[in-house]
Amino acid sequence: MTQNYRLKNIGLIDKNHKISFIFNGKKYFGYKGDTLASALIANGVHLIARSFKYHRPRGIFGAGVDDPSAKVQLIKEGYSEPNVNLTEYELVEGLELKSQNCWPSVKLDIGEINNLLNRFFPAGFYYKTFMWPKSFWYRIYEPFIRKAAGFGVASLDPDPDRYEHQYEHCDVLVVGSGPSGLSSTLAAAKNGARVILAEDKPRFGGSLLTDEVTIGNKKGEEWVDDVIAELKSMPNVITKSRSQVFGYYDHNMLVMFERKRDHLQDPKNFTPREKLWYIRAKEVIISTGSIERPLVFSNNDRPGILLASAAKEYLKVYGVAVGKKPIFFTNNDSAYEAAIEFKKNGIQSTILDTRPSSENQIVGEAQKMGIDILFEHGIANTTGHLKVKSATVGKLNKNKNSFTSLQKIDCDCICVSGNWTPTVHLASQSGNKLKFDSDSDTFLPNQSRQQEVVIGAANGSFTLMESLNDGFEQGFKSSNKITNKNIKTDAPISDEKNLGNHDKFWCMPLPEGKHYKRFVDFQNDVAVSDIELAVREGFRSIEHVKRYTTLGMATDQGKTSNLNGLQLVSNIEKKIVPEVGHTTFRPPYTSVTIGTIIGREVSKYYKATRKSPMHEWHERNNAVFVDAGLWLRPRYYKQGNETLQEAAKREASNVRKNVGICDVTSLGKIDIKGPDSAEFLNRVYTNAWLKLPVGKARYGVMLREDGMVFDDGTTTRINENHFHMTTTTAQAANVLSHLEYYLQIVWPELEVNVFSTTEQWAGAAVAGPNSRKLLSKLFPNEDLSNEGLPFMGYREFKFFDTTARIFRISFSGELAYEVNVMSDFGEFMWDKIIEAGEGLGIQPYGTEALSTLRIEMGHVAGSEIDGRLIASDLGLDGMLSKKKDFIGKRSLNRVAFNDENRERIVGIVPVDKKTSIPEGSYIVENPNAEFPIPKLGHVSASCWSVEHNNPFSLAIIKNGKNRKGEKLFAVSPVKNMSIPVEVVSQHYVDPDGERVRS
Amino acid sequence: MLEIKCPYCGKRSQNEFAYGGDATIKRPKLNTEVSDEEWDTFVYYRKNPRGDHLELWQHISGCRQWFKAKRNTATHEIIETYELSSNKEEHS
Ligand SMILES: [Zn+2]
Repeated sequence: MTQNYRLKNIGLIDKNHKISFIFNGKKYFGYKGDTLASALIANGVHLIARSFKYHRPRGIFGAGVDDPSAKVQLIKEGYSEPNVNLTEYELVEGLELKSQNCWPSVKLDIGEINNLLNRFFPAGFYYKTFMWPKSFWYRIYEPFIRKAAGFGVASLDPDPDRYEHQYEHCDVLVVGSGPSGLSSTLAAAKNGARVILAEDKPRFGGSLLTDEVTIGNKKGEEWVDDVIAELKSMPNVITKSRSQVFGYYDHNMLVMFERKRDHLQDPKNFTPREKLWYIRAKEVIISTGSIERPLVFSNNDRPGILLASAAKEYLKVYGVAVGKKPIFFTNNDSAYEAAIEFKKNGIQSTILDTRPSSENQIVGEAQKMGIDILFEHGIANTTGHLKVKSATVGKLNKNKNSFTSLQKIDCDCICVSGNWTPTVHLASQSGNKLKFDSDSDTFLPNQSRQQEVVIGAANGSFTLMESLNDGFEQGFKSSNKITNKNIKTDAPISDEKNLGNHDKFWCMPLPEGKHYKRFVDFQNDVAVSDIELAVREGFRSIEHVKRYTTLGMATDQGKTSNLNGLQLVSNIEKKIVPEVGHTTFRPPYTSVTIGTIIGREVSKYYKATRKSPMHEWHERNNAVFVDAGLWLRPRYYKQGNETLQEAAKREASNVRKNVGICDVTSLGKIDIKGPDSAEFLNRVYTNAWLKLPVGKARYGVMLREDGMVFDDGTTTRINENHFHMTTTTAQAANVLSHLEYYLQIVWPELEVNVFSTTEQWAGAAVAGPNSRKLLSKLFPNEDLSNEGLPFMGYREFKFFDTTARIFRISFSGELAYEVNVMSDFGEFMWDKIIEAGEGLGIQPYGTEALSTLRIEMGHVAGSEIDGRLIASDLGLDGMLSKKKDFIGKRSLNRVAFNDENRERIVGIVPVDKKTSIPEGSYIVENPNAEFPIPKLGHVSASCWSVEHNNPFSLAIIKNGKNRKGEKLFAVSPVKNMSIPVEVVSQHYVDPDGERVRS
Repeated sequence: MLEIKCPYCGKRSQNEFAYGGDATIKRPKLNTEVSDEEWDTFVYYRKNPRGDHLELWQHISGCRQWFKAKRNTATHEIIETYELSSNKEEHS
């Protein structure tokens, strides 16, 4: 059986190009230009998947984004992807499709037992059943729901595809290329505007591809080809097919994805799979058309039951008959067009029309062609387990609440039509408060909030003539606001069949005494009875009904179910639809691949990487790197089989014993210049700066206005009016913004300029008792004695062809210098220092050893300066000037800041001198106290003290000032540890700071 | 994503900017007596109007200049942006 449902002489696809594919292990053929859905239907396959809750057999219902259920697991080149929409994915060679949500197979599915037990799965089932007892949630309920829920299986492999982002600006963005979209694009383009036309399907034209109409003297479809050819020849127009505009955000920013790769048989190597477009449009024309509304009746979800418009599209575009014995079931005229097309292709059908009669032209035409029509008839039930086999139809009584004279009609498909729902999602996302239109029984756009306008069927204009007139008119208007060229294009004359009014009736009654399911939302298995139950249980707001029943909450966002759901609620409540209101439309309009949203920001491209000029040296010397913000810094330099801890101990001990070199390029550096620089620093820092001599550095602490410590660092006076500030690596950008804020906004009268020079200077810390000897070899002609370059002194030395800045500052607590040269000389400087250190025991050290050194010295860093502590909490009381004002000073008067019992930094040592204390542990007095155990504070940083050869930590605890010598406990619930500790000074090594001054 | 007009560089996307809060807040002068109430008002208290709001933005990935913007907090419309030195009447 191959393509038995493919018709001759109809369709827009390439029937000379056969393509094979596999569905559930069986090989099928389709043609180039098919979607997966059309190719399957051509082979008579309708059974696609099992439904979410009841595991009922489900088929293809729509022909585009409206389809709620035709989703499969798709395997291509070994990569498996869930929830692929059959109606959107185009056929290429090499695809394997598998049904989802079924086991062991889509035809025999164990989960179908849920369908038999359906009275146990009412609306709100999960809420009611899994509430109690609480402890069951994690162990039993959640794993059960996870197993039962969801459709496909996500791959654990990395996504092999590439995705890109693009930013674009235009005068007019037109969304949708039906008659109104095409005509407005043409009118706007001819009026000189820069236009983007976006169409989500592979072919432009929308309804013109399926409707029998003429425009000018051309068939609709020919007119489309000519207009597209003309637009493509214009340099001011971008036409994009396979491009879905799915979000409308503030300031006319719209987001669109474009499928670029999946439809290509042999894509080039770097063709992205999808591209995400950010489009800032001056004007937006929304011409998104409309989606056919289903009718609701007993067992209306069987495979083979689908929208009449989809049946017509499969026929006209793909040359595929959805069945050979169709029933059309409608409350309006548009289904007649489809039935006529079937008849023209030799397929006889029966039309069931809920209306008593119709005098319209198209109905007469159908009658004349010999199509069977039953007026005032509806479907009472259907049969057929894996595909629909028959419909039980009956005459509707006057009140349309029961059937008389039931009869069974055999069929192989049922095409339903409940009139049209304008696609108003984008307008609503933009902020348009929709209004209910009782003529069309739909919500229509009302007042635009941004620079957008809605035209054509999306605005409730359902005739071709209106759509074309609207399109040309609005294309001119929107473009003329921008171009002012006044070039107007007139709409051509068109010819179409007139359609009459629909019947305001969608939900068929149940046959007497029966309780069949009548589905409203196919993807989430929400039936009429669920909505009735929700209302009975007191859910009144449509937003609550939605969440309780999950109506419209699936990936299709209720494109076919929302209005029917609303209609039901309003019928039950005896209200009119506008009183019930509608739920909010939110982006994305259709599901979007996560890869598309992420674009190129994956793995190492997730963020920029900053490397110091010495990075390659570190790599050559076995550095193991660690992320420090965007920077990559050496964490340690591995020797042999060393662990991190062993390496950190070795490197830190070597600094204490000999001399080490550490890359400190990542420290923030800010150049401060101008006559008021000292005054500015005096306001920014908590200590005094006015009298700092040229050639001297000073340690400074900055507060925020709320009194909390913001950052610390040393700043050096290079010249009378020139300072060099350093910040922590983490806060560099924030400190610069902070300084700019005060200079530009608060004290604009200060003549100071600040500029980041972080990347202009390469920095190396040379630390340890041998550091002076080392530098003396490097600068033999300079005076490096304690008098020549004292602690906190600064000098500039000639260094080969450049100048080196030498700061005698120390983070390690040892005699130390920081050497800065211009970045280009960074690696040269590093090599020269290593060379000079030979014989002095030089070793590079990384951030882990750096931390060890600063922790045992009791220097605070980022883990203590966490934005929640004031200076005295950190033992920095001495840094607060009493004589002058500074940023944040006034806050320090707060009562809480002067509480004796405040948290304060201390050192802690495990009593056994062996057990390392996990960072983040709580400090408590009694770990066996009743819960919740009163917490004294937490451990902020831990190391292995190389000086004392035992673990040492910094902790911030209540009343830390007066707790020296106390025995407390460090408790880590995460590691299930409780460690007896003793409180000691935060300065565990050289408390008087003699070494740095030696 | 908003589109913000930097008074120095022109219209750019929001991701080039950093928000800086209420532009009508004045820092009390240094070295003056400031009451607790006055200081608390400066540090903590902010109006949260629905409607027009005069606020500070910094063109952080551009010219790095701070400037003022009058923005409607309900609609996100940016009515006007101007340089700090401009003498426009300040109201929130
Ligand atoms: Zn700027």
